[in-house]
Amino acid sequence: MTLRGDLVLIHDLVNANARVLDLGCGTGDLLANLQATKAVNGYGLDKDPDNIQVCLSKGVNVIEQDLDAGLSNFADDNFDMVVMTDALQAVRDPRGLLREMLRIGEECVVTFPNFGHWRCRLQLGLGGKMPVSKHLPHDWFNTPNIHLCTTQDFERLCREERFRIIQRRVVNTQYTEHWSIQLAPNLFGSHAFYRLGRTE
Amino acid sequence: MALPENSVGLVKPQRFVCGTPLALQNGDTLDSYELIYETYGQLNADKSNALLICHALSGHHHAAGYHHEDDAKPGWWDACIGPGKAIDTDHFFVVSLNNLGGCHGSSGPRTINPDTGETYGPDFPNVVVKDWVNSQVALADYLGIQTFAAVVGGSLGGMQALQWAIDYPDRVRACVAIASAAKLSAQNIAFNEIARRAITSDQDFYEGRYFEAEKNPDRGLGLARMIGHVTYLSDDGMGAKFGRDIKSGDFRAGTDVEFQVESYLNYQGRAFTQYFDANTYLLMTKALDHFDPARETNGDLVKALAPASCKFLLLSFSSDWRFSAERSQEIVDALVRAKKNVASAVIESEHGHDSFLLPIERYVQALGTFLQQSLRANLKLVSGEPT
Repeated sequence: MTLRGDLVLIHDLVNANARVLDLGCGTGDLLANLQATKAVNGYGLDKDPDNIQVCLSKGVNVIEQDLDAGLSNFADDNFDMVVMTDALQAVRDPRGLLREMLRIGEECVVTFPNFGHWRCRLQLGLGGKMPVSKHLPHDWFNTPNIHLCTTQDFERLCREERFRIIQRRVVNTQYTEHWSIQLAPNLFGSHAFYRLGRTE
Repeated sequence: MALPENSVGLVKPQRFVCGTPLALQNGDTLDSYELIYETYGQLNADKSNALLICHALSGHHHAAGYHHEDDAKPGWWDACIGPGKAIDTDHFFVVSLNNLGGCHGSSGPRTINPDTGETYGPDFPNVVVKDWVNSQVALADYLGIQTFAAVVGGSLGGMQALQWAIDYPDRVRACVAIASAAKLSAQNIAFNEIARRAITSDQDFYEGRYFEAEKNPDRGLGLARMIGHVTYLSDDGMGAKFGRDIKSGDFRAGTDVEFQVESYLNYQGRAFTQYFDANTYLLMTKALDHFDPARETNGDLVKALAPASCKFLLLSFSSDWRFSAERSQEIVDALVRAKKNVASAVIESEHGHDSFLLPIERYVQALGTFLQQSLRANLKLVSGEPT
């Protein structure tokens, strides 16, 4: 099974036998892979019946739960890592959820499409219309993405909330870190990947 | 009449007579007892494909198939058990029994107490979920089954499945609890008490010795069933099924009006008295009320679940208010904290608690997929392949 680029980045960060919670786990690719290769004790939350069905067929610990209902059912410090890939922009209370992720997990990994990418800027700034791209394929009226942000916005939130940024990777649509991106990540990166911890 | 193709077909109940005494939770001992059971499918050579069905309040051993060619209805869980169905008898060897204290052939209030030669009646000991599991272990031993690939049950049956996972971690690989709970809520116990009171206040109850009196507390038992039935359905479900449709009478003509829902409930109540025993009803509802595995761990469900080693599936239904999705979520949360493997799904359905008996597409798929996946994982485990 080949993992999507951003999931490979996460896979490499997780230690063997770790306890992992994947928020919005989709079809469970990451967890199935982590279970098979790193023997993690992993759980995935999702609310889509089709996704849950696929997870069950893979033997993934999938739990039907809506992220917008919060994570209050999980205890403090219950996980080594809490992961949320490409869901931050679609939840009702991103800040609250990030706080919760760092309450129940020692570290968390968050990935999201960077709204500061030059294509988005071009479409909105010059084209005068809401950006539609590979990462953001929806129209404004049917998009699940209600809290889009740029890497700059995200980092400001991290400062305000005193989330410690342990690692940042900004990648292109192929999930590679081309040197040109690093010149101006918020302009050239289409996808952002943050590993966060608590401030001691 | 030809039987449906996806049916297990004609089945015959079998009898297990256990001469090994069973020490009960209340301190009593059953020196010997009988369990009536059915099996569907074939036990494989290494006996690794056995699946135990645990029944709910009014269930019994006849879960699938037909006893006679001309039976009007198949077993109570035929929607889920059979070739190609969620509990696939092409792959699993399914064992289904009538629990102790039942009234369908296993030792219970209607059978003879060997010590006295009289019908047990109200003197049958108050067995609880743990006792049932211990008697099911005796049946497994008798059938040569060391480990169940899965123990599956809905409602009170789900409680037995949980108890199996806790008490016999080496003998169960997967636990499926459907529309169940780790303990009943006060409201749920309250409904049971009303049902019990309906039975015990019937003048034909005779302190439970209605057999000797050659009576039966039909009114009380029927009323108990009616109360139960209302709580097993949802408001929307009843609305869709009956609405305010009228069975007989006419408002304008000034005659007495009977709504369809009244007629239905009265029928259900009456029918129940024909095949169910009042003492068994009391016993089963008490077992429901008393179930609380966390009682042994000072109320800590996480600790109570610690011994379990199997994987779990918790299924619940959106409109079930007697065993709501929140009750299943409590179990899921405790299992996550206890670091057990668990999956869960909340199935959209308007049929309330009764949903677990119905062939709801997503429900049947989720159950079937989980069971197939865990059976495959077990086979790989046995043959040493990576899972």
